[in-house]
Amino acid sequence: MADLSRDDVLKLASLARISLTDDEVDEFSSELSAILQYVEQLANVNVDGLKPTNQVTGLTNVMRDDEVKDYGYAAADLLKNVPNVKDNQLQVKRMIA
Amino acid sequence: MGMWGPIADIAAKVSAGELKAAGLVETSLQAIADAEEFKAIIVTIADRARERAQAIDAKVAAGENAGRLAGVPFIAKDNFLVFGAETTAASNILKGFTAPYQSTAIERLEAEGAICVAKANLDAFAHGSSTENSDFFTTLNPHDKTRVPGGSSGGSAVSVVLGLAPFALGSDTGGSIRLPASFVGCVGYKPTYGLVSRSGVVAMASSTDVIGPLTTSVADAALVLDVMSGKDELDSTTIAKDEAGYVDAVTDLKGKKVGIVKEYMGEGLSDDVRRMIEAAIEKLKAAGAELVEISLPSLPLALAVYYVLCPAEVSSNLSRYDGQRYGYSEPDAKDLEESYTKTREKGFGKEAKRRIMIGTYVLSSGYYDAYYKKAQTVRTKLINECQEAFKQVDFLLGPTAPSVAFKIGANVDDPLNMYLTDIMTVAANLVGIPSISIPAGSGENNLPVGLQLMADQRQDRALLALARATEEVLA
Repeated sequence: MADLSRDDVLKLASLARISLTDDEVDEFSSELSAILQYVEQLANVNVDGLKPTNQVTGLTNVMRDDEVKDYGYAAADLLKNVPNVKDNQLQVKRMIA
Repeated sequence: MGMWGPIADIAAKVSAGELKAAGLVETSLQAIADAEEFKAIIVTIADRARERAQAIDAKVAAGENAGRLAGVPFIAKDNFLVFGAETTAASNILKGFTAPYQSTAIERLEAEGAICVAKANLDAFAHGSSTENSDFFTTLNPHDKTRVPGGSSGGSAVSVVLGLAPFALGSDTGGSIRLPASFVGCVGYKPTYGLVSRSGVVAMASSTDVIGPLTTSVADAALVLDVMSGKDELDSTTIAKDEAGYVDAVTDLKGKKVGIVKEYMGEGLSDDVRRMIEAAIEKLKAAGAELVEISLPSLPLALAVYYVLCPAEVSSNLSRYDGQRYGYSEPDAKDLEESYTKTREKGFGKEAKRRIMIGTYVLSSGYYDAYYKKAQTVRTKLINECQEAFKQVDFLLGPTAPSVAFKIGANVDDPLNMYLTDIMTVAANLVGIPSISIPAGSGENNLPVGLQLMADQRQDRALLALARATEEVLA
């Protein structure tokens, strides 16, 4: 089942919002197929009666009070890594061409 | 290695005014400069470290308590958010990022007087077993510069072995603390899942990520863990630390039940590593420990489970690097969509892309049940087998890695073969149990071999005690 064609790789890249060079598409198509073939050994494992584990230490919903806390951060400090800031807000490119 | 001496002694001398924190910071910075050829360090934090050292020396002079780690320099893997330098996770996409807050682990260490002097190299985003996936450079193994130091916390492990600082911090998602500890010959501790807060550490695979210390002795690892561990409201997965703490954990080996993991001693183990591990087993027996063979039949599936779950979680955690909020942003994009795709094309290295693609595949509609859900269910099988094992024995034992450190470049064209390096470490992450790698001596070409010990969840204190006793009989 896991033999990824060039088209499959391009579709995945588009879902993951990454553009790839032509060489990368070829490379990934063979490499990713090999990795998926390796993990396919799980298909034959008998797991009757078992449930999936998402959290290993048995914690379920960890709740806290819904209170505002002051951690002492200034907005300007939190925005200093943002590529484009306008009026103290994050600015993005237009979405509709 | 060992030139610093026990961390507790350094802190005691600083607190007593016999040593100056300022002097220790200079010693560490000089050692870093002298060892530049090994490329363990991405950046130093000299200014802030010197300021903190002066503040600590002033505290001591004023007769105030300077903390349990007073003046002790340390090095953090560059995926910890630390003030005073960039945090890049050795990735191009985070170049230039300066943390607006610090990780909880760093905050707790600083509160006890420790001083972060530098950030260590890693495989970008901690994806790898050799540091060759760093977007910047490969760290060299101090025992043989043509070999890798292991990864992903390779820079941290090399820092400890070269004595650049008394301890370093790493993160371990599938073996990233223990594997480099094994390859370069230091102690690497992976705590129970949730024992140390991950707030402020760049996320890789959230269901297995833990952080822990790399040190020259088990006692040092126990002290650093003791300071960092425990619940944190900023990481809801954290659990309480042992009420007895970890620093004074000692035990007699007599009567300790240790299971030799059969699946780890089978095919694929190099003769050299087998010889060293078998020698360690004999020494433990001679000291009175009861060693029995134990089988975990699903263990050979652990790596396949890991390489479904890890990329799935990676693809989710790396979706935040989109060029809009922080990090690299493609300047010439014509619209938002192209800003995402070009930013991620240029900002991510090959391994990050590979994992994002695999993760996107196994989580995509139509494949989720066959891959992700199936892997999570096989994970349950593995957990059940471990629980059965811990009814029969108190600890599990095996090698940390199937071989000694490999040559730089040996696996770069074969990602699957690179993944196989983690074959003996991933199970502890999937099951959430604590695991430690301690030096078991040197094998071929004088290259270190690591012995791996594991215990049940929340048995960190017992594991550290056993490791300390084991370290003594192996010395």
